[in-house]
Amino acid sequence: MATELPPPVEHELETIDLNINVGPQHPATHGVFRMILTVDGELVVDADPVIGYMHRGGEKLSENCDYRQAIGYQDRTDYLAQFNTEWTYMLAVEKVGGIEVPERAEYIRVILGELNRISSHFMFAGAFGTDIGLFGTPFMYSFRERERIQDLFEEVTGERMMYNYFRPGGVAWDIPDGFKDKVRDVLKEAQQGIDDLDGLMTENEVFLARCRGLNPVSPEEAINWGFSGPMLRATGVKHDLRRAEPYSIYDRFDFDIPVGTSGDVYDRYLVRLEEMRQSARIVEQALEQIPDEGPIMAPGIKRVLRLPHGEVYARTETPRGEYGIYLISRGGEGPYRLKIRSPCFCNLSALRNMAVGNYMADAIIILGSIDIVLCEVDR
Amino acid sequence: MIADNPWVDALVRLGVLAIAMPLIPLVLVYLERKVIGRIQMRLGPMRVGPHGTLQTVADTIKLLTKEDLRPRSADRWTFELAPFVVVVPTLVAFVALPFTGGFFIRNLALGLFFIVAVSGLSIVGFLMAGWGSDNKYALLGGARAAAQLISYEIPLVLAVLAVAMIGGSLNLEELVNQQGRVPFIIWQPLAFLIFTTAGLAEVYRNPFDIPVAESEVVGGPFIEYSGIRWSMFQLAEYATTLLIAVLASLIFLGGWNWPLGNEAGAWLQIIWIVLKTSFFVLFFFWARASLPRLRVDQLMAFCWQVLLPFAFLQVIINGLVLVYGWPDLLLGVFSGLATIAAAYLTYRSARQAVEPYSPRYQTVRSIS
Repeated sequence: MATELPPPVEHELETIDLNINVGPQHPATHGVFRMILTVDGELVVDADPVIGYMHRGGEKLSENCDYRQAIGYQDRTDYLAQFNTEWTYMLAVEKVGGIEVPERAEYIRVILGELNRISSHFMFAGAFGTDIGLFGTPFMYSFRERERIQDLFEEVTGERMMYNYFRPGGVAWDIPDGFKDKVRDVLKEAQQGIDDLDGLMTENEVFLARCRGLNPVSPEEAINWGFSGPMLRATGVKHDLRRAEPYSIYDRFDFDIPVGTSGDVYDRYLVRLEEMRQSARIVEQALEQIPDEGPIMAPGIKRVLRLPHGEVYARTETPRGEYGIYLISRGGEGPYRLKIRSPCFCNLSALRNMAVGNYMADAIIILGSIDIVLCEVDR
Repeated sequence: MIADNPWVDALVRLGVLAIAMPLIPLVLVYLERKVIGRIQMRLGPMRVGPHGTLQTVADTIKLLTKEDLRPRSADRWTFELAPFVVVVPTLVAFVALPFTGGFFIRNLALGLFFIVAVSGLSIVGFLMAGWGSDNKYALLGGARAAAQLISYEIPLVLAVLAVAMIGGSLNLEELVNQQGRVPFIIWQPLAFLIFTTAGLAEVYRNPFDIPVAESEVVGGPFIEYSGIRWSMFQLAEYATTLLIAVLASLIFLGGWNWPLGNEAGAWLQIIWIVLKTSFFVLFFFWARASLPRLRVDQLMAFCWQVLLPFAFLQVIINGLVLVYGWPDLLLGVFSGLATIAAAYLTYRSARQAVEPYSPRYQTVRSIS
């Protein structure tokens, strides 16, 4: 005989869900982002992301600049991967103008871009560690390496954040003497730093308990949401623009594309960690192959460019995913229209679906695992 | 005895405690910042005083002179009383804590029981702070603190109980005196492990800093407090850290007794107890710098499904060995085996297979 279940307990007190504003000023929002969580106890019932706090209208502003002046706005979108965003813009301009970039400049771009990817992923690992409750240790480990890489960038470009170094047709000036040896030193130490982070977090029981199996995303969902970058590759889709449609000179390098199996938060972390190692491999190969002498600018590039009529879409693989620029040229000195396809915006758009049903503490680390840069989301 | 009159004696001892207690955070906060700084390849405070030794003094002066804010919508009495309700039980617990053979306030016959009972009371203050602040983060933090307390307190008490069974007493001095040859950690490694884990939860340190989680509830119950009231919470936190550390070194590492024995001079006893306490305090700091935070339901599952059954196991082992009069060696063997089992279970459960999504769909052309 089946036992009868007791009748459901009737609550005398009514309970209601709690609305919590996570952000715009909250330690876990990585910038100015607001997430209105509706929680039932600790469970997230609804999550409403609010963006736009960092909107500066960089796309519109670019229309009022000439092609050279608009470079600066690219630095200010993804402020952790400035070389990569500049590069996308260069690809678009060079496509419209049919400009050939000299070989040495391409290698310089690859070296700087990949170093920038490493430093950006370091930033992810540090911030993610802080989100998950590590008291600043991975943050400090990451920033030690980031400092070294940024010192290199400063030496090349004279800037630590807004580099403004790539130019249509090449780079602004040549790299300093002894740069190759310095990059090799920094790489060696960066690899040590990756191993340190690996040892600190990857096999940690608490870390495993928090991240593994949390918020798995299937490849179909990921593609439907328009995920790109590590968020997409963590689900198992082997899609990397550096391989899928090799821009610049990426077809000359030998590197692996790490993919995850389940698309959970742990896989996203692992994919990024492995990507750092692969980027280091690319930089090493580029240092071997880079010609010692040669032009760094395409011949005949004037300061004020006048490009022919045309529309292009250029896209590159930035640390956060597919960063695309749709550029319309109407023969003027600057872009007629410039539209940015931001990877973070697409990845972030799935936040509600990813966060609902999880614990509030998990919603925070899911947000952290997207690795958003709010300036890039809002442009 | 410090003075002949017992009342004067007790008052003098209490006075020493009252003066020493506020100084504890001064030292511990400085130590913590230095130790964690070193772990994170920083120097820690360096500017105020030689090697930053006066940094915490300066911070304290700042906190004392800061404006004491209270949100207009806060529940006044609950809000303002909460820090006292947190601090007082912690300080009261020190009354029954013997530091060395001659350095204590009152050596109660039920000292161990008293300490465990009293130190659990501070949760009321956390709930009051969480409720009275009229802040959602604070409320969540207070509720988390309550959920956490009922989870870790029972394994903690059972671990202490296991030691009391072996020692046959609840008097801390008596327990320490029995560890002249072998400290209890040799006989009770499982209880030791449970005590330190639950102790981490008691002091709200990583991986159990769930109620005050910076990246989730932004300080939890303390979020609306400022100035002296906030520093009272800090005082309670560091006093509890010290309490757990001293208690663990008394009941597991042989306190002042092992390895030199009770005959060693008072200074040697103090040095030993300080060394053993520092070991635990440094362990807490180390855990804070290197462990992420558990989720609140994971903490509860861990406490109820791992710590509690194993704490019962320890009590049963002790009961069997004591009742049947088996040799003491078996205590250590059984407990050690159970410790390994607990560690293995935790190791396995963190790595158990997660169902993978099989990649059924490929977008791009086949890639090497």
